[in-house]
Amino acid sequence: MNHLAGFLAGATASMGLGGGFILIIYLSFFENISQSQAGGINLLFFLPIALVAALMHFKNGLIEKKLLPIIAAAGVAGAIGGSLLMYVLDEGLLRKLFAGLLLIVGAKELFGKSAHKKSADNNQGNKPLTDST
Amino acid sequence: MSANTNSMKELNKLQKLAIGGAAGVLNGLFGAGGGVVTVPMLERSGLEQRKCHATSVALVFMLSLVSTTMYALQGKLDYGKTLEFVPSGIVGALVGAIVLKKVNNTVLKRIFGVIIIVSAIRMLIA
Repeated sequence: MNHLAGFLAGATASMGLGGGFILIIYLSFFENISQSQAGGINLLFFLPIALVAALMHFKNGLIEKKLLPIIAAAGVAGAIGGSLLMYVLDEGLLRKLFAGLLLIVGAKELFGKSAHKKSADNNQGNKPLTDST
Repeated sequence: MSANTNSMKELNKLQKLAIGGAAGVLNGLFGAGGGVVTVPMLERSGLEQRKCHATSVALVFMLSLVSTTMYALQGKLDYGKTLEFVPSGIVGALVGAIVLKKVNNTVLKRIFGVIIIVSAIRMLIA
């Protein structure tokens, strides 16, 4: 069952379906793991896959380097703040907040513009190896 | 904000800070979700879709490194449990990349949307 969950998480990530959510959902429902522990497992799980994908994208010249410094700097500050917030928040509340995020993402996937239409708009058919968690 | 010849709208400094900050908070708070912010915001700037996803992966990888370190410091990492998922996850990522070119991604998106909405409702009422 764990292999299937890992496979689906990896596959959905690489298909741009937000694979990070699949693993956390699985860990929450089937393994009874707390939201914060599930988040930690998901982060660690994502690192090797994202590293390979990022290196491939870098090699293919797909990474817009000039955007990185400011966004990454703010992101690092945000990640530190978010992690500290995770530590102080009650697990139950953290799970409800995560459920709220899932509702937004789910609604977007369900009712959002189709990938076909988007790619036609952008005049680009291909997607890269993996989406972000 | 200025526009260049490729119809790409240059993001201003404040927008970049907001995108990074929001993605970072989600990544740190939930251990997931950074890409939910970065991909659409980069798309809105007019950057081509492949570059949006690629740039987003690079960004979220950096954020995940920071968040993972923070989780480790707070004793929230279970290395043994994670290892149970990594090999199949890598296979899944490779298969997904191949299958992506052959299937209707829109149908998968709708199915995925239903799965996570049902999961969210279950989490909310649990």
